[in-house]
Amino acid sequence: MAPAQRTERLLNLVIALLSTRRWLRKEQIRQAVPQYSEATSDEAFDRMFERDKEELRDLGVPLVTGTDAAWFDDEAGYRVDRDAWELPAVDVTPAELAVLGLASRVWQQASLAGPASRALVKLRALGVEPDESSLVGVEPRVRTSEPAFGPLYAATRDRAPVTFRYRTGRTGETARRRVEPWVITSCYGRWYLVGHDLDREAPRVFRLDRVSPGITRTGGTASVPVPEDLDARALVRGRDGAPAERTARVRLTGSAGAGLRLRAGAPADAHEVEVPFADVDELAQEVAPLGAEARVLDPPDLRDAVLALWRGALAAHEPGHQSGQPGHHSGQQTGQQTGTGHEDGRTGAPAAAAGGGAR
Amino acid sequence: MSPARTGGAGGGRAAGPGAVAPGAGAGDRLSRLLAMVPWLLERQGVALEDAARHFAISTDQLVADLELLFVCGTPGHMPDDLIEAEWESGHVYLGNADAIARPLRLGQDEALALLVGLRTLADLQGVEDSAALEGALAKLSAAAGDAAAAAGSVQLDLAAGADPGVLAVVRGALSRSRRLHLRYLVATRDETTERDVDPMELESLDGRWYLQAWCHRAQGVRRFRLDRVLAAEELDADGTPPPEAVARDLGSSLFAPGDEVPLVVLDLDAGARWVAESVPVEDVTERPDAPGGVRVRLRVADDGWLRRLVLRLGGAARVVSPPALADQVAAAARAALAAAEGYDEDERPDDGDERRADGDGGPGPARHRG
Repeated sequence: MAPAQRTERLLNLVIALLSTRRWLRKEQIRQAVPQYSEATSDEAFDRMFERDKEELRDLGVPLVTGTDAAWFDDEAGYRVDRDAWELPAVDVTPAELAVLGLASRVWQQASLAGPASRALVKLRALGVEPDESSLVGVEPRVRTSEPAFGPLYAATRDRAPVTFRYRTGRTGETARRRVEPWVITSCYGRWYLVGHDLDREAPRVFRLDRVSPGITRTGGTASVPVPEDLDARALVRGRDGAPAERTARVRLTGSAGAGLRLRAGAPADAHEVEVPFADVDELAQEVAPLGAEARVLDPPDLRDAVLALWRGALAAHEPGHQSGQPGHHSGQQTGQQTGTGHEDGRTGAPAAAAGGGAR
Repeated sequence: MSPARTGGAGGGRAAGPGAVAPGAGAGDRLSRLLAMVPWLLERQGVALEDAARHFAISTDQLVADLELLFVCGTPGHMPDDLIEAEWESGHVYLGNADAIARPLRLGQDEALALLVGLRTLADLQGVEDSAALEGALAKLSAAAGDAAAAAGSVQLDLAAGADPGVLAVVRGALSRSRRLHLRYLVATRDETTERDVDPMELESLDGRWYLQAWCHRAQGVRRFRLDRVLAAEELDADGTPPPEAVARDLGSSLFAPGDEVPLVVLDLDAGARWVAESVPVEDVTERPDAPGGVRVRLRVADDGWLRRLVLRLGGAARVVSPPALADQVAAAARAALAAAEGYDEDERPDDGDERRADGDGGPGPARHRG
């Protein structure tokens, strides 16, 4: 169905549910909204109606259910609670509306972009024009590229316990976790879930990009108690009880790795740098691009993470993975092949390692 | 800057075009209609252009919205039941819309998104006019009512991604419109540069801060990552950028590469899909062989840049063509492994017991100092 027709259907549904003083049963609703005649079966109508109810609730429509004493069965009836419908009249000033616009743009590239801009449209309907002159040009933005964000955000908002499979950073092992979500938070450009780990009986921090698909709720809405004195920020900055900052030692060749030198506060000609870091994967992604010009001396988990990236890249570009042309090495490679002497003996191992270790 | 500009976000988040629900956008449009009707009812005869501007839509879109209202109404849907809408004269008149004459309250996600956004701004102290910010917070909380309760479940910690000293200098120069002198690391070329810039916009994305500014050295708009600013100093000079300086949206590229730049085909796994959203690409197609993965075509002027990107992605990205570039990546990875593993054989015969060696002075690492 075209979006315009769906909008029509939703609008007629809202008007029908707002205009009624009695509970409307599903069958009455089906008659009252002309667009429901498109449903060719009861099942099709049920599916449409379920989706429409959910959509209306997302938009803030106070949809309520109840039964009429005169009905013989206990099928639910529906209507909109008119007392709860209206946006309270607040006199927002033009400068305040500009700040609200800025707050809405925080989500512009994230999954809450829709709700954020809808909210702004509703507030604009109060009649004020925003005055942007007081804004100084600072535009904070977040993104929500992790697929786990949607379901975990909703569970946290609804205070519903969840279970999911999670890959632990230090060991790389994946295991099922049962969690009561408290707060979902963005820090250092990543999303984290802070909650109570039901098996470990302690607060834990989870990185959303390590949560596998398939998140299920294990309990009802509003069933998770959130501690009053929770400091999610402190938990995330020093997550899993580990110190927030560790130090890596990396040896650099030539002038490569200026970014690492900067991060280490080392002079431009330093060849061994001590880089503070909190996240192994993140630092590995900064070291790996330098290739043979960087060598991790310490710690071993960083070194392994960098090696895994290189092995993965090699396996993906090994002849045979491509268009099935074995050994099509052209003469155009850059002169970096210091390892050509024994590379063939190793092709099996890196491929296996990448298969197991890559995300 | 338009608040209505949200299209790209939904598409980027979804697992693929197939994941987008049919009729997506119907809710947003309904929400706008429900906001627009009370506004129009109180302003009978308002000019089409003024109404469109107020809701940040085109007049064509506004007319389409009015046409839609015109065929909706109370059950029965006889002529008397339908909403009356008239706009032929260029002025909008609405009637028979009593059921939806009052503006709809905020939904839970809507209230949450704005409240979390405002708290984030409040966290970045000194960023905005604090009276307006406090007023907005108070009024939004009042307007949201019960819907505000869940807002504590989301927190954004953006201050963590920047050096407070550099951030303060840049922010100060921006608010006073003063020119800045920067010492800046160009990471892709591995070199340090000195330049004067007129600050235009300070943005934070994915935990990093960026300054968009008119660069006097390059005579163009450039974007600077604050964590690569080695030193920033406010100059005693006006920092109003020239009129030709136009800020771009973060996430878009400042340059559109020309046709003369070679085309590279890259396969991305789901885990590397973000690349398609953060570098300029010619086109993106879903990969049937990898759920959530995409194939992108992009113009690459610098082979080294692409090689570094693919090494960083560690197998989640594969250069499909040109083959010579794929070979370069493989060669670079092989060389890196050879260097690292050569070292490994000499110095680290045992690979399994270093779990606790994070500290700074384990006996192993100390051996190769010097």
